Amino acid sequence: MLLLAALPVMAGDLTPSFPKASGTCVEEPGEMRKHHHSFLKHQRDDTLRLGIRGAKHSLKDCVSCHAAKGADGKAIPVNAEGQFCQSCHAYAAVAPDCFTCHATVPDGAAKTAAR
Amino acid sequence: MTADTSRRDVLKAAAGVTLLAPGLTLIAAAPAEAGRAPGMPANASNRWGLLIDTTKCDSGCSACVDACKTEMALPSHGRPLTDAQYIRKVTVKDPKSGYTHSLPVMCQHCAKPPCVDVCPTGASMKRADGIVLVDRHICIGCRYCMMACPYKARSFAHEDQTGQAPHNPRGKGCVEACTLCAHRVDAGGRPACVEACAATGKAAMLFGDLGDPGSEISRRVAKEATTRIRADLGVDPAIRYQGI
Repeated sequence: MLLLAALPVMAGDLTPSFPKASGTCVEEPGEMRKHHHSFLKHQRDDTLRLGIRGAKHSLKDCVSCHAAKGADGKAIPVNAEGQFCQSCHAYAAVAPDCFTCHATVPDGAAKTAAR
Repeated sequence: MTADTSRRDVLKAAAGVTLLAPGLTLIAAAPAEAGRAPGMPANASNRWGLLIDTTKCDSGCSACVDACKTEMALPSHGRPLTDAQYIRKVTVKDPKSGYTHSLPVMCQHCAKPPCVDVCPTGASMKRADGIVLVDRHICIGCRYCMMACPYKARSFAHEDQTGQAPHNPRGKGCVEACTLCAHRVDAGGRPACVEACAATGKAAMLFGDLGDPGSEISRRVAKEATTRIRADLGVDPAIRYQGI
């Protein structure tokens, strides 16, 4: 009885929660949830190898929309705990490799980011 | 009162004119800054290159090196032998005459790049417009390209990286080198080193399209003596020097 009562609360706690994005997504959120890795993987090759710029599935654009600002006004890395990328990936138990190389805060914020 | 109002009107009108003037300048400057249209791939008709006049290059100046480090967010770990460097200053001396001069050396963006030839994964690659890059998505960090490069142009990231610039993703275990500031070139700009060199007033570096016969670099290369480092290797670099 006690266990049953506790379950919904637990489920609520486990669901990823993250700060709201500052813009509208380039795809339907459901579509993005399912396929963002494919979009990013496809476009990374187009951008780097062919030099195509300005296409819509850009990791840089993801970061600039989804990086929240902290109390000090500085951008919080998207892969920090509880932030957009990390909260979902922790829930799904998937480690994104993007951010071993890619910037986790928008342009301009990188220079002030902790090194 | 009336006189005051009319004076204000005159001032307002004057402000309107001064505001309009910079606007017009911006519109006039826009075509020169226009990069490749979004969605268009790098074009094989371009061949981006540099012409470096070493007689204008001061041995004590490291503006290009510093600008590169800032632009590409390359940190120093206090280990100069292994710290990432995309461009470095080299001092050369004629042992007979004692004549010494200094020049910047970076990835020479060869038309036949040895680094691309030896790469086992295809990570080392040449873009259609001649810019040689490392696709770090598939680089396994074997450093074969570093061995193959006759110009010692490539570096290896030995440490975990943080604080990367959004236009220059870089991480531990990958080889990296000068990208000729592909992100700036694609947007219609010129590399950070060239801009910094121009800002010092020396203007020893000229960036341009060797594939366009009308460009300043092509015109100068056609009528002035230029050399390439180790031209005997036949790798056809896009970086040309004067005064070596």
